Amino acid sequence: MIASPTPPRVVLYEGPGAEPLEAATRRDLFTRLLDRGYAVSLAGRGAPATPPEAAVIVLGRFQGSPPAVEGGSGPVSVRDISGEPLEQVVDAVEAARGSRPMNRPEAAAAETGGETWKPWFPVIDMDRCTNCMQCLSFCLFDVYGVSDDHHLQVENPANCKVNCPACSRVCPDVAIMFPKYHAGPIDGAPVSESDVSREKMKVDISALLGGDIYAKLRERSAGAKARFSRERSEDQALAERRRCLKKLADAEAIPREVLDALPTPEEIQRRAAEAAARAEAARAAAEAAT
Amino acid sequence: MSDAPTPPSDPQQPRLLYCRCAYAQVVPDDVKNDVLAGLADSGAAFEAVPDLCEMAARRDPQLAELAAAGPLRIAACWPRAVRGLFTQAGSPLPKEGVAIHNMRTDSATTVLAGMQGIADTPETAPGDTP
Ligand code: SF4
Ligand code: SF4
Repeated sequence: MIASPTPPRVVLYEGPGAEPLEAATRRDLFTRLLDRGYAVSLAGRGAPATPPEAAVIVLGRFQGSPPAVEGGSGPVSVRDISGEPLEQVVDAVEAARGSRPMNRPEAAAAETGGETWKPWFPVIDMDRCTNCMQCLSFCLFDVYGVSDDHHLQVENPANCKVNCPACSRVCPDVAIMFPKYHAGPIDGAPVSESDVSREKMKVDISALLGGDIYAKLRERSAGAKARFSRERSEDQALAERRRCLKKLADAEAIPREVLDALPTPEEIQRRAAEAAARAEAARAAAEAAT
Repeated sequence: MSDAPTPPSDPQQPRLLYCRCAYAQVVPDDVKNDVLAGLADSGAAFEAVPDLCEMAARRDPQLAELAAAGPLRIAACWPRAVRGLFTQAGSPLPKEGVAIHNMRTDSATTVLAGMQGIADTPETAPGDTP
């Protein structure tokens, strides 16, 4: 994830004292700003806008002096956009942001040269989660942690490997969602009885290699390593590891890029042991607290 | 769809929140474009965000403001996912007074009807968690 501050919010004001934009222009302005990563509100009519805590840029075709902005605590800049073409308005918003970094949607990043991070991370359905900590034991990248009251939490969403839904498949209660996944129930779609009773996601991975995938990886890699010392062939060891990874990727259990990026077997072992110990400690603490 | 002005701010009216899902292509383009057009063309106040997922990862303060702002209608995706995102960002949505309309599965017409309060579509589909 890009460690970006909250981007400024844009408010298009069309209340008393401002001339409304034409419908097509309004629509176009919203689309352009949203697709660059800015939140935009239409204010002045209907429900009131939420008073923002962040910096805000108020746009409008003001007839006379612009209205006072009430509530909110962030810095406010106001711009009269009467007669301005939309490109100019968008440029003015960009300029008002200054040099603060901003996570951009991919297309906007390509156009403006900014950075982009796809927001991919597990989201826990707390109505389903039983705090078993299997996901915490499974994840090698410290995505999960434990809250002060001993409950599972997603601590480091940015550590999650983009497009990898693997941990959702180890959850026995189908409590882990990735809203940007392409299919249910991982995308947040309703969980059916069969999703739960099959416990299939776990089986998908475990059955694949006959046990915990990381254990299997370690085994395979250890085998490969032994052969490597016997045969002194680095290529062969590497080929063995690749064969194992390909099998996992072919089963679509884990994306190939993620498998390719896995640490060394020794490091996997170290991290897995660490995660298991954290999970065990959290489970014990949660039990003691009840 | 008109440029006719709507009445001034009414604090009792539900706020409208539109999610653009701008950082991934999980919501069909035609649906999200048509819903945005319908909201923008109506001229009524609404709030549009680029991507609720991205905001949740940053714990954007706007999520807390929206969760605390009273009645809310949301056009985004699966209600379970949307509620999970707000909860994970530390600002759970209230159980009552929030209607979530799913642009992943529903037509723009259905979502817009829900957003405009013309038709109340259920927040949760059969089999979903409450
Ligand atoms: S594996 Fe599922 S049920 Fe267990 S702690 Fe993780 S999310 Fe909760
Ligand atoms: S909440 Fe749903 S619609 Fe909004 S950005 Fe996330 S996946 Fe997309």
